[in-house]
Amino acid sequence: MSQDIFVVVEHLRGQVADISYVMLAAARELSKGIGGNVVAVLLGHKAEGLAGSPSAGSPVPAALAQAGQCLAADQVLYLDHPALADFTSDAYQKALAGLISEKQPRAVLFGNTSIGADVASGLSIKLGLPLVSSCRSFSADGKFVSQICGGKIMAEGDLPSPTALVTMVPGGYKPEAGQSAQAPALTRLEVAGLDALRVSLTKYIEPEAGDVDISKEPLLIAVGRGIQQQDNIQLAEDLAQAMGGVVCGSRPVIDQGWLATSRLVGKSGKHVKPKVYLALGISGAPEHAEAITDSDMIIAINTDPKAPIFDIAKYGTETDLFDLIDPLIEKVKAAKG
Amino acid sequence: MTTIAPVEQSIYDKILAATPKGERLRLCLQCGSCSGVCPFGYLMIYPPHRMIAFLRADRFENILDTDTVWMCVSCYACTAVCPSQIPLTPGLMTSAKEELLLAGNVPAELQSALEASQRYGNPQGESPRKRADWAKDIQPEVKILGKVRQPVDVLWFVGDYPSYHPRVQQTTKALTKVLNALGVDFGILGPEEYSDGDSQRLAGERGLFEMLAERNGLAFSRYQFKEIVTTDPHAYNAIKNEYPRLDISYPIRHYTEFLAERIDQLKPMLKHEVKARVAYHDPCYLGRANEIFDQPRALLEAIPGVELVEMEHNRKNSLCCGGGGGGMWLDGFQWEKAHVRLSEWRVREALAVGAEILAVACPYETPRFEDAVKTVEGAGHLIVKDIVELLAEAMGD
Amino acid sequence: MNIVVLVKLVPDLVEELNIDPSGAALDMSWLRLIINEFDDHASEEAILLKERGGGQVTAVAPEYEGVDEVLFTAAARGADRLIKITGDFVAANNHALARACASVIEGLQPDLVLTGVQANNDLDGPVGPTLAECLGMPYVGYVSGVTVNDGKVTARKEYPGGLIAEMEVTLPAVLGIQAAEQPPRYVAVSKVRMVMKTATIEERAADALDASGGPAVGRMFQPEAAAHAEMITGSPDEVADKLVSIFKEVGVL
Repeated sequence: MSQDIFVVVEHLRGQVADISYVMLAAARELSKGIGGNVVAVLLGHKAEGLAGSPSAGSPVPAALAQAGQCLAADQVLYLDHPALADFTSDAYQKALAGLISEKQPRAVLFGNTSIGADVASGLSIKLGLPLVSSCRSFSADGKFVSQICGGKIMAEGDLPSPTALVTMVPGGYKPEAGQSAQAPALTRLEVAGLDALRVSLTKYIEPEAGDVDISKEPLLIAVGRGIQQQDNIQLAEDLAQAMGGVVCGSRPVIDQGWLATSRLVGKSGKHVKPKVYLALGISGAPEHAEAITDSDMIIAINTDPKAPIFDIAKYGTETDLFDLIDPLIEKVKAAKG
Repeated sequence: MTTIAPVEQSIYDKILAATPKGERLRLCLQCGSCSGVCPFGYLMIYPPHRMIAFLRADRFENILDTDTVWMCVSCYACTAVCPSQIPLTPGLMTSAKEELLLAGNVPAELQSALEASQRYGNPQGESPRKRADWAKDIQPEVKILGKVRQPVDVLWFVGDYPSYHPRVQQTTKALTKVLNALGVDFGILGPEEYSDGDSQRLAGERGLFEMLAERNGLAFSRYQFKEIVTTDPHAYNAIKNEYPRLDISYPIRHYTEFLAERIDQLKPMLKHEVKARVAYHDPCYLGRANEIFDQPRALLEAIPGVELVEMEHNRKNSLCCGGGGGGMWLDGFQWEKAHVRLSEWRVREALAVGAEILAVACPYETPRFEDAVKTVEGAGHLIVKDIVELLAEAMGD
Repeated sequence: MNIVVLVKLVPDLVEELNIDPSGAALDMSWLRLIINEFDDHASEEAILLKERGGGQVTAVAPEYEGVDEVLFTAAARGADRLIKITGDFVAANNHALARACASVIEGLQPDLVLTGVQANNDLDGPVGPTLAECLGMPYVGYVSGVTVNDGKVTARKEYPGGLIAEMEVTLPAVLGIQAAEQPPRYVAVSKVRMVMKTATIEERAADALDASGGPAVGRMFQPEAAAHAEMITGSPDEVADKLVSIFKEVGVL
């Protein structure tokens, strides 16, 4: 039994996901009250490099330290096994079960994602440990603060004992706070018992290639349901072109096939961090909001004064986007000269 | 009465059961007048007369694979011109839509409006508890029957769009003002009011219509009143013509009939001039379907300064705004197929007669025509107002 | 193929949500409950699998206000059997729900159990993976496509950014559905009414509800809207002017 806070690092095809850094930042805050170390748990095969620690045969070594993107943890427990090379629920759950029962930390943080949410519940039942989900942050006195019901309700409580399993959503901490220029000390552990696995990865299927990566764009013009129909997307394209930005959209627009999946901004799409995020006709539901909170500035155009997007935007206007776009394009062009 | 060919039995039975005079389908001459006058007939793979041909040839299932039936806005134009007086709109087109719905062939927009109507009692998906919120700040206080529990003269059936749509709420408030000025003793159902269900019925959801009608009927039965007055021609049509078949029967009028009856009392109150050329658009369900043409015009002519002009299509051959029969919730679908909107055609007709104000009497029309005004070139100056808004304006404070 | 779909009802977010007098739970008296959107997708996916490959679909739901209509709607879509698990689920968390349903579902000997990947009121993890562990079955979540090929199932698992991972899963298994392969089909009210006359809902009593494993909530509250956006008003021209000056200030213009 220790007071350590474990963070299950999420990575996909050689990239550490932002949520991992968010969790490390959360763990750091939590450990201040509880005492104990922040321990990053990395599962994979020949993947030590993802921690930032240089190691033979691992893909991304010193470059990460240079970029200041090592895991900000006191130490890394690295579980290596061929069956862990890519995430599969069965293998990861089995490996983590062994580790958690052995180490008995105070808390284990998982992403509330396609990776973390697949295994946390099973571990809760299997190990008889309490589980809190949708946690956004921890209060100064170590309580979990979770958001439910589309972000309309917050639930707060004491961190359950003896080992709390917690799945986390982004928004409470900046990823930068979970990154460090220092590569943490790494301990390699062998994993046994990963046979007779019931889930195996056959292959990955890429989204449409050859398109912009909106998560790297500094100026995004986003369209939501308010754009109403496919023909109107052209208005957003015209504005984007005039401003030198890129068009993206929320789930309803992509579901209709009006924009490619690579342009989807949201929980199931990309997280973006532009300088300016111009949201046209987007209500700002949590699944979308969580993917844009790292923007430097959000400007929201929506005729509904109660749209939740106005709670996270810096500037907003109720002017109808169809009345606004043409004058805006004109004036942008004039300003550019 | 000679029949031409045996008809597809089960669909035919349904039409008989659901529509008075449904058996007139057998008298179709295949003249094509219906398809010719249909505003979207040119886009339908099975316009009305063709649909009858396939029905009689026992090949109705061909129609189930197509989706152009959803272009029908239930405007009644076909029914009005049919020489054999076949009830095409409520009989044929609605039944075709019913079959498509049962087969799961329904555009997504319409699906959400129907699901919302089922769940919340209104197609917009708004909270039923907020149905009377529009009346919150009005003085004198609008009587909500469930709260005041006293008999009233008039039960004012407000409607979905007049209750929830920000633009149409202005019409609702105008009507409140006029009713109060006339000293009418009225009350509303508020949260106990459900969608009248007429558009849902015409979009093929008979079961949903019956469910909504039953609930409204239950609400009506709880209170004492002398008559029902509606803001909305669709509610008027439903409660007058369809609810009685479910044993829900009350004296009912559209607000234009009700106010026209009181025109001598109203006229002296209309002190302010509304100086404008006004074109009146006959709503399908007030005009063509229920033959109310004169009362709305009388109200407009009573307003000082109003010069009433008639558009090219008027009275019985008025052009639909496109909102009926589910059209209100098929905008994206219909636009993808037609790339033209009926409401835009109508706005152009208004411009052609030099109208400055387009007067309407149906809550679907105000938002539809205002949207069309934005997209039709040169229409920017055209103002869209409900008749009652003009009356309220003429009354001043 | 023997498919079981587990559906639950959740608070409808259209209505205002209130906290009950204890300050630590939702006020259930004013709540409208509707089917969990993702469970609706799971139900549609089950019917699609049945239409493609044959088999039987059983819809299982715990007893909530309005559950009968939800089950009849599932039957109207094509579910063959309807089971309602009776008990007091008003305050039950997903651990309790999973345990209560596990023995009933186990008795049905399913090849595949489908349920929504999450629900808006999950506070102790979603019900799917919790149920899977109670049943001793493997679990894959965020699934948006399922193919069956003798004794195994291929699940298309969604990752952020549009990436899909094809996972092969041995049966029996539980899948958490993110989206069915087509939007849940519309069921006409008249169809549901017809089904109500012919279909029956079997009732099974839940074992005592065991909520251990869920967190104790000390306090529930509505978040204060953080500083609201500074609203720009005026004519479209005036608003456009202001936006251009903001763009210049920030350096994107």
